This record gives sequence, structure tokens and C-alpha cells, in this order.
Amino acid sequence: MAAPPADLPGVALPLTVRDLRVCFGSVTAVDGISFAIRRGEVFGLLGANGAGKTTTIRVTTTLIRASSGSVAVFGHDVRADALRVRHLIGYLPQALSADFQLSGYENVWLFARLFDLPRREREARVREVLRAMGLDDVRDRLVSTFSGGMVRRLELAQALVNRPALLVLDEPTIGLDPLARADVWERVRELREQTGMTVLVTTHYMEEADTLCDRVALMHRGRLVAGGTPGELKAALGPEATLDDVFRHHVGKAIEDEDVTGGGRDVRRTRRAAQRLG
Amino acid sequence: MSAAPAAPPSASASAAPRPVAVDVPPWWRLYPNRIVTFWLVELRKIRHDRTELYMRAVQPVLWLLIFGETFSRIRAIPTPPGVSYLAYLSPGIMAQSALFIAIFFGIQIIWERDSGILTKLMATPTPRLALISGKAFAAGVRSVSQVVVILALSAVLQVRFDWNPLHLLGAALVVVLGAAFFSCLSMTIAGIVLHRERLMGVGQAITMPLFFASNALYPVAVMPGWLRALSSVNPMSYEVDALRGMLLGTPTALLLDVGVLAAAVVAGVAAAASLLPRLAR
Ligand SMILES: Nc1ncnc2c1ncn2[C@@H]1O[C@H](COP(=O)(O)OP(=O)(O)OP(=O)(O)O)[C@@H](O)[C@H]1O
Ligand SMILES: [Mg+2]
Repeated sequence: MAAPPADLPGVALPLTVRDLRVCFGSVTAVDGISFAIRRGEVFGLLGANGAGKTTTIRVTTTLIRASSGSVAVFGHDVRADALRVRHLIGYLPQALSADFQLSGYENVWLFARLFDLPRREREARVREVLRAMGLDDVRDRLVSTFSGGMVRRLELAQALVNRPALLVLDEPTIGLDPLARADVWERVRELREQTGMTVLVTTHYMEEADTLCDRVALMHRGRLVAGGTPGELKAALGPEATLDDVFRHHVGKAIEDEDVTGGGRDVRRTRRAAQRLG
Repeated sequence: MSAAPAAPPSASASAAPRPVAVDVPPWWRLYPNRIVTFWLVELRKIRHDRTELYMRAVQPVLWLLIFGETFSRIRAIPTPPGVSYLAYLSPGIMAQSALFIAIFFGIQIIWERDSGILTKLMATPTPRLALISGKAFAAGVRSVSQVVVILALSAVLQVRFDWNPLHLLGAALVVVLGAAFFSCLSMTIAGIVLHRERLMGVGQAITMPLFFASNALYPVAVMPGWLRALSSVNPMSYEVDALRGMLLGTPTALLLDVGVLAAAVVAGVAAAASLLPRLAR
């Protein structure tokens, strides 16, 4: 089908984040970031553990509120217009999220209903995404009998059933073996080629980000420290550089800078907060 | 930050970009849709795991067979003329066993929170109020199984009910309302205590008081004044009263009963929905 459409003039971008700040008590998880995603691109949000990627995504999917700043999805403010934003998004959370008491089919069917798909289309659509995720044969089995990779593909099917304009994937390949990881990416790539949807993805695997993402942004301690196409970022470092080197370079530098300004205290505070939570 | 990636489009663009159009169904289509959805999901879950259904039937059977039969013999509790104690007790046990199901329904919400399901449900175009309404009526559908159990048992024990199908349907609706309220109470407590064990504790602590401070076992007339006062603010009493009206044909304030229950459900849904964000974090 058609290649991803270029930005339509006059139509709002899939995602616009302006000066976003999110605080949990004394912990600042996201510390004033701004970026935008263009129509049809795969945008990677990269960063070490605790960088603030999931928090950014949870604001985007209307699950939590920003402390300040604004986020808009296709021109709809996530706060003022949450229902419309949710209609436009397909969301794959970082943590497990399928219902193990239901079958594969029922899990997707539930989301088809919750996204108000017309009754006539519902069943066909559910079958279509299950087939696209290679779960057709097991659709009537309880999810409690699925392997980790099957659960992740099922969750992708749930996220896709409403044909989202913006697909939000929070570490889609976490906990999967290399083959299953490649499989998930392959399916995402195929779908995107077919539908031209926009994708926002986080991952810790730099080589995956390198091959899949059109543009990436590097997050560290709630701030954006670098951004651009993987090619640009690598070229800026040297002819042989990998995205891994880029990650090390920027995140390492940020840690050095903080050590000068006493960032270590911040780490301790964050850890204490994390312990309290756990 | 020196390296600002992908600057957002400048605010000085000539015309503000047009938001992408999205159809959101009106609330009067959205709420029924969500309630039916969670209803159907609950039915599927019941179908996948029927053992719970059978286990749930044990307690009301014991209450009716042992407590009911014994107290019928003793004749210690005054009943309306022409109504046996067993018949008088059956609607009370119907409400009680629905209460037992509903009061622990919050555990499901906590379980869904812990397994990430709740987060994803909240990212669907389902307003919090609709989500809680859906869950509340899902508890209702589970409790209807108890209506069936008790009706069947009453038939076996030859309890003299009014078997008019419309009245039976009315009784089922009253039980659904009652279960919806008590499940909201449970979800509200879940939103406060946030942990499964604590919810179990609170649930256990309040179930018996709710049951005994109602007219489920004995008429209000035989209660001491303080208990009568408690009973009059206990939605359980209104539920039992309405059920007796439906099943026994005793004179009851049906409109008041259903009105109080409906109001309690609305308040319960609002309370539980307002605490939902605490669970979603
Ligand atoms: N609900 C919360 N309450 C308190 N602190 C939180 C909460 N959620 C996140 N944080 C803190 O915010 C910071 C960013 O967390 P976040 O989950 O966004 O990071 P991440 O980039 O997604 O990390 P990971 O790669 O490990 O998933 C962390 O310090 C975390 O402890
Ligand atoms: Mg994360």
C-alpha cells in the first residue's frame, strides 16, 4: 500500500510535546522536554533506566497529568480532550497487560468494543489483527497458556485493533528472546508500511533503534540530551560509531557534568524514593 | 539544553494546524456500551472458571437448610401473616450471598491493577465513571447466579414464592443494583487501602455488620432502637425489603427501596471513580 504520507500542511502533528515537566513528590521524572513527531515516522525515545521515557508516554496516553507544559496528539490536548486522544492511540504498556482469565480472542474483542468499533466490522477486525500477529491458531486458548512472546504479540494485537493513527510502544521487545524480538519488529514494520501510521517507541536495544527508527531522541534524567536521525547522531561522533557509542557518549557525558554539580545527591534521593515505593 | 531534537513547530505559523477529526459516541451510547461490554466479559470469565460459581452456592444453601429450617421450628422470629420463616429468610439470604460476592469485588480491581490490565483499560476511550459502572454491573451479573441458586433451592424446599416471571425478573434487578452498590463500596475501599490483604481485612470486618444490621434475618420491629437506626441507613435493608415485596408479595415501599438503592449506586460509582487514579498510578 501507500508509503507513509508526508506531513499534510495545516494538519496537526501526531505528537507535540512542549516544556513537559512531571514530578512525583520530590522526584522530577521529566524535567522540561520539548519535541514533535512527524506523520508516518517511527520515533524512538531512548535512555537508561529511570530516564523518564515511560513517564512521558503515560502523559501522552492520558494516564497521568503533567505537572506543567503541554502535550497534544494530532492537535488534541491530552488533558482537555482525553477521550479523543485515546481514540487515536494504540498503546502497548511496558508491563504485562493481557487478561490471563480470557482467551486470546476475547482479549482483543474486549478492546474492539472499548474502542467503539461498529458491530459489523468488529469480528473481522479482531480476526485480522490476530492473523497479522500470527495468533490465529491459538486464539481460543486462555492467555494463561501463552508464552511470553505470544502474550506480547497479543498485546500488540490489542493495541492495533482500533487502527491507531499513533502507535505507542513502551519497550515492545522487553523480556523476549532474539528471534521473538526480531519477529515483533518485523510485524510492526509491516503494519506501518501497510497503514502509514506513526509510531512512538522506547527501547534499550540500540541496534533495534538504529534499524527501525527514522528519528530518535536520547533522554537522560528527565531531559533530552541529543536527537536526530540515527545516521546524523552516529556521523557526529565518527565514521565508525554505532548508536551504542552515541548512547554511551551522551549519557556518559551527562553523568560527568552532574558529578561536577553534585548530581550524586539526586541519585540517592531517587533511589530512596524508589525503595519507598517498592 | 544545547542539542534540542526536533524543535516543535513554531508558534508563529500563519494558521493554527487543524486537529484530526475524531468521532466520540455520545454518553448515552457510550455508557450502555461499556456496561454491556464488561457484562459480557464477566460472563466469559464465569464460563472459563465455573468452580467459583459452585463454591459460591454452598454458603446460601447452608444458611437456608440449617439456619432456616432450625429457626422455622423454633418460631422465635415473628413473620408477616401467612409467610413461613423459610420464605421470609430466603430473600435475605439472596441479598446476603450477593453481598458476599460484591464486597470482595475490589480485589479484582486490585488484581487488574497489579497485572497491568487496569492501566490499559484506562487508556481506552472509557471515562472513569463508565469503567466503574461497567465493573459494578459486572459484579451484578455474577450475583445473579445466587438468585438462581436460591430460587432453585426454594422451589425444592417448597417455599411459597410468588413465581410470577416479572417479579422474578424484578428480584434479579434488585439484586443487581445491590451488588453494584456493594462492589462500588469495595472498589472505593480498594482505592483507599490499595492492597489486596488490607481490602480482605476491611471486607471481612464490614460484611457481618452490614448483614446483621439489616432486616435480612429478622424484621426491623424486633430490633433495639440503635440497631433499627443502623438498619435504616443500610442499603442492604432496602434491598431485602424490595426482594420480599417481589417474591413474597408482602407490603413494601418498593419505590422508596429501589430509589434508595439507585441513589446508593450513583454515589458509590462516583466515589469509586474518584479514587480510580490512585489505583492507576
Ligand atoms: N508513580 C511514580 N511515583 C514516584 N516516582 C515515579 C513514579 N513513576 C516513575 N517514577 C520515577 O520517575 C523516574 C522516571 O521513571 P520512568 O519509569 O519514566 O523511567 P523509564 O525511562 O521508563 O525507565 P525504564 O527504562 O527503567 O523503564 C524514575 O526515577 C522513577 O523512579
Ligand atoms: Mg520505562
